[in-house]
Amino acid sequence: MQTSPISRVITIQNEQGLHARPAEMFVRLAKQYESRICLLRNDRRVEATSIIDLLTLGAAQGTQLTLEADGPDAQEAVDALAKLVENGFPQEDAEID
Amino acid sequence: MKFSDFICREAIRTNLEADEKRAVIQAMAKSLAEAKKINEKDFESIVEAILKREELGSTGIGRGVAVPHTKHPSIDKLIGTVAVSESGVNFDSLDGEKVHLLFLLVSPPDRPGDHLRALENISRQLRDDTFCRFLKQSKKPEDVWQLLEEADNNQFSS
Repeated sequence: MQTSPISRVITIQNEQGLHARPAEMFVRLAKQYESRICLLRNDRRVEATSIIDLLTLGAAQGTQLTLEADGPDAQEAVDALAKLVENGFPQEDAEID
Repeated sequence: MKFSDFICREAIRTNLEADEKRAVIQAMAKSLAEAKKINEKDFESIVEAILKREELGSTGIGRGVAVPHTKHPSIDKLIGTVAVSESGVNFDSLDGEKVHLLFLLVSPPDRPGDHLRALENISRQLRDDTFCRFLKQSKKPEDVWQLLEEADNNQFSS
């Protein structure tokens, strides 16, 4: 089935920004999808399946990123990943880290 | 942010003998204590906090690199060190690879931005294969420092 890429602008909500733990959570979830998933900050595009790549974005609280997915489950991937980010990476802003 | 802004030159270690997570983190924190960057009396609590953070999820970020870290109230400015392990450390990284290069960071509780910028700098530089490989091959702390300085001077990153 022919599909077209899905994209959505998301905003980093959690106070600590997209640091190591959220990046790991994001990658873990992104890897569950077959689609190719990327994150963009302005014109910089990185693979959503690499923790190192996500950390290069240096995305602090309030940063807007564009989430892109291309593949058979693109819509599901964008929905789930956007939810993770918009919910501020549940459990992550606990007392530690 | 540059490496020289937060990496303590005197605390860099190569040929790391420790080969499991706890021992490696202890060795790196000890090097910071010896360099007087953390207080001797806070050593244990910093090590325990870093290990507690690891329990939430490994800080192995791929490419054979880990960034163990914590916040600690005794610290007023982000401080870090680098260690190189030739044989590799089992760090439970998401990609399953052993870790050969570690950046340990301790930051003040109220400065999440600095921590994020340090991670951004580390990850951006390590995307360069040559820089990453040379660091892992370093035999002397001085070699590591020289590579970090070269990276600070934009000799690697594209």
